[in-house]
Amino acid sequence: MNELIKKLCESFGPAGREDKVRSLIIGELEKFNAEYSIDTLGNLIVARRNQGEGAKKILVAAHMDEIGLMITFIDERGFLRFIGIGGVLKNILPGMKVLFENGTTGVIGQEKIKEPKEFDLDRLFIDIGAENREEALKKVNIGDTAVLLSPFSREGNRITAKSLDNRIGCAVVLEAMKRLSSLPLPNEIYFVFTVQEEVGLRGARPVSYRLKPHYGLAVDVTRVGDTPEPEFKTDVSLGKGPAVKIKDSSVICHPRITGLMIEVAETNNIPYQLEVLERGGTDAGAIHLTREGIPSGGLSIPCRYIHTPVEMVDLNDVENSVLLLVELLKHSW
Amino acid sequence: MELDAFLQEITQKDGVSGYEQNVAAFISEAFSPYIDDARTDNLGNLIYYKKGKEPDGTKVLFCAHMDEIGLIITGIEKNGFLRFTSLGGFDVRTLPGQEVTIYGQEPIEGIIGYKPPYMEKGKEKNNSMEMENLFIDTGLSQEQVKKTIKVGSVAAIKRNMLTLLNNCRSGKALDDRAGVAVLWQCARELSRMEHEAHLYFVATVQEEVGTRGAVVSTYGISPDLGIAVDVCHGDFPGAMEHEVSPLGKGPVITTGPNIHPFLAEALSDTAKEYNLPYQRDVSPGPTGTDARAIQVSLGGIPTALVSIPLRYMHTSVELLTLEDIKVAGRLLAYFAAGLNNTFVEGLSCL
Amino acid sequence: MLITALSQIPGVSGDEARVRNFIKEKLSLWGIKHHTDSLGNLYALKEGSKNREEPGLMLCAHMDEVGLMVSAIEKSGHLRFYKVGGIYEKYLVSKPVCIGANSVLGVIGAKAVHLQKKEEREKPLDAEKLYIDIGAKNKEDAEKVVKVGDYVSFWSEASSSAKIIKGKALDNRAGCAALLEILQRDYPISFTAVFTVQEEIGIRGARVAAYRVNPRIALVIETTSAVDIPEAREQDYATSLGAGPAFTIQDESVIAHPRILERLIEVAESQKKPYQFRRYGGNFTDAGAIAPAGSGVAAGVISTPCRYIHTPVSILFKEDWENLVEIVDAFIRSVHEKGLEI
Repeated sequence: MNELIKKLCESFGPAGREDKVRSLIIGELEKFNAEYSIDTLGNLIVARRNQGEGAKKILVAAHMDEIGLMITFIDERGFLRFIGIGGVLKNILPGMKVLFENGTTGVIGQEKIKEPKEFDLDRLFIDIGAENREEALKKVNIGDTAVLLSPFSREGNRITAKSLDNRIGCAVVLEAMKRLSSLPLPNEIYFVFTVQEEVGLRGARPVSYRLKPHYGLAVDVTRVGDTPEPEFKTDVSLGKGPAVKIKDSSVICHPRITGLMIEVAETNNIPYQLEVLERGGTDAGAIHLTREGIPSGGLSIPCRYIHTPVEMVDLNDVENSVLLLVELLKHSW
Repeated sequence: MELDAFLQEITQKDGVSGYEQNVAAFISEAFSPYIDDARTDNLGNLIYYKKGKEPDGTKVLFCAHMDEIGLIITGIEKNGFLRFTSLGGFDVRTLPGQEVTIYGQEPIEGIIGYKPPYMEKGKEKNNSMEMENLFIDTGLSQEQVKKTIKVGSVAAIKRNMLTLLNNCRSGKALDDRAGVAVLWQCARELSRMEHEAHLYFVATVQEEVGTRGAVVSTYGISPDLGIAVDVCHGDFPGAMEHEVSPLGKGPVITTGPNIHPFLAEALSDTAKEYNLPYQRDVSPGPTGTDARAIQVSLGGIPTALVSIPLRYMHTSVELLTLEDIKVAGRLLAYFAAGLNNTFVEGLSCL
Repeated sequence: MLITALSQIPGVSGDEARVRNFIKEKLSLWGIKHHTDSLGNLYALKEGSKNREEPGLMLCAHMDEVGLMVSAIEKSGHLRFYKVGGIYEKYLVSKPVCIGANSVLGVIGAKAVHLQKKEEREKPLDAEKLYIDIGAKNKEDAEKVVKVGDYVSFWSEASSSAKIIKGKALDNRAGCAALLEILQRDYPISFTAVFTVQEEIGIRGARVAAYRVNPRIALVIETTSAVDIPEAREQDYATSLGAGPAFTIQDESVIAHPRILERLIEVAESQKKPYQFRRYGGNFTDAGAIAPAGSGVAAGVISTPCRYIHTPVSILFKEDWENLVEIVDAFIRSVHEKGLEI
């Protein structure tokens, strides 16, 4: 599974330009003959139908997109100005390497700042080594989006990479799908790899509207509080298991689902944690307010340094997340 | 049951955003003698239906939110103290010294604690504290606490309703239990009147975290027009006159882009016709109430907003007068009784 | 229950009458002679069964609590106020209060958070920015029931469970309750118990009481701050709940007499009762007024630790209070049995 995670993390897929990741995931799906479809916005949907009596429709969503930087201007000397796509953290950008879809790389430089309060994205620029605008235009154009460039690495039980948010969620869902592929399931399940979550849960909304599921479950990462002076105090930590989402800024999870998740975890001896995320949202936020309302929940993989090039998760948590998802989907809802 | 008793009881039923079950049960019981049908939707919104005489009659939605702002536990410290964050918007400065009830497996009482003044150093002295500097003290040890309370347990403000001069009442959650009380008064009045229109009284959930209940309940009902009943800022010392409405001068009818102008007029006309005191206020953008969600549901719904003036909103000593609630209930009842299809059709002709 | 009943009575410094009357009633019921002075201190003369001679022992506990006083009535009918004693300002907003002799109810309100700009929200709401709302239509309406100079106390329900007692003014109604508990028992020696006034605004009642009683030994029964909370470092706890009553070594007003301190430790240990030291040097107590009286008095202080004193709701552990009563009881008996050489 580590190979898959590596491939997913290293692939290119900022919000709005998820084609490459989607192709990669389709490649995996074809390995176990899963039928899939792609909707207007680019959401990738795999349906496991079940017309049985009492079968409920469950939408399991994992977003494929990552944050990025979009070029808005190329100056005379070939330096690129940009805006953020999704929640980009300005403080980690100076000195970072970035990667464009066609393989062009660049580095982020910074103008002189007199006062910390002045510092913002508009004081930064990307340098792709071009001598002037003409040369730059041979490689990139206004509207092109870059992602952070950072290698995947593993130390003991921890893996570090960019875009673990949310390629790790995609990996967990893919692995669960594999393990469930030969088992009969009591419910009808739509596994959806959504687009544009990072810019406002935009993929999840229309796909929920169209599929009209009975329940929704978002598989994504969540913050932890186990580093020095964390930004938000929370009890969630690496290595203590997947987190059952109670609430984040976008959704208060339905108690039926949180109750079921806890029951399944305890019955199967899967370690788990409880998550109250002070700031941050997921696809469940869009799903639960669709049409007349869809009870929704979240299965979260604890992750340090979210939205930096060195996001970090624990492999035991990843395996336990897969186990929990598998057992959850084997259960009747 | 009379209004005073209804308000006393409903404010004591803890129902924090997302966890409204306790108050939902009370509301259902109180409404049942006055309505024809009741259902609860997927998010927990309570939808009460009262049939009108005209089979093809207009569908009218009245809604008030039953959730109150509250707290949710984010961590349990080694001495059993609880860390928390808010569900809905609190002024942190009102929290130190506030009693709360935490809903673990059973309700447990606690106090929100902060450090004593001599411990504040440097800039802290001149600044207000942040939520992360507060904690809940139950007096129990970590072991005892962990037996019943978990991360994710919710806590509600504890405050008995106080009776003050001039029929004023002060307590917690009057935002927006006062609105629910208006709907209840309205339903009672209507039980003695005839009306063509079909009426939906909805006690919505999760308004304080983003008018979420109203989004899905409106979609499910698909009404021809909708009226949200909420609270607005009551007068207090130092307020700018245009920001607040005095207590005791009647409910406030809002105008602005979020409100259908004909509806606002019709409500004012009804008040004038029946000699009911009322006030007007304006909102230049989407209001901070369920009205903002109703207006843009489905294909668009003509929306109005009626509010009860409330001082000290989002504190545990919110203050209003019962008189304003009684008048509002009557206003909505007369308005509903006077509705016919012609008027409603005219709403699309802007 | 004595503590919870006493906690709920309004009794701000200068307005202790209602607390005093409650205590007087109990003293009369138990047949204990008592009298008052012009400041309102209440003196109870406990007669010993064996030794009618005065060993010069005085016990005292202050009846008053911190609170507010109406300073002005605005045109709108809202009340402005002064602080009486060291009330913690940051705890005032959004709390109910009761005003004057008729306990008129009001609430301390603040501008709704929605109407505040960010800079406003970041400043604390201190006494000057706050006011009390009693629901009055205007000044005239308010003046029918309240007046400038009325005392204002918090309006909090006191409660007790198996482990804790919660309520306002536990500083120092817990001390008064302990002293009343002692007065109900029988002792071989006589002593004077004084329920003092105006401790919170400068230990003023005690000064007068020390002059009148002229004791040789004095033990002040107080309630002291426990700051064993998450926002404090362990070294700053002062006292901790559950670690037993606290003996003062030194505070801002007095250095406890070493003989008194030694005797307290001795009786606590022989009774196998837990105790702790007050690990904080600030604040004053009645002992500060008693120790320098006349030719000097050997004074000590024993306190029940309590979190959130000087705020609307404080909390203490029953076991600490019960252990305080037992240690004071043992102290009195030891003065009879072994005397106490200063």
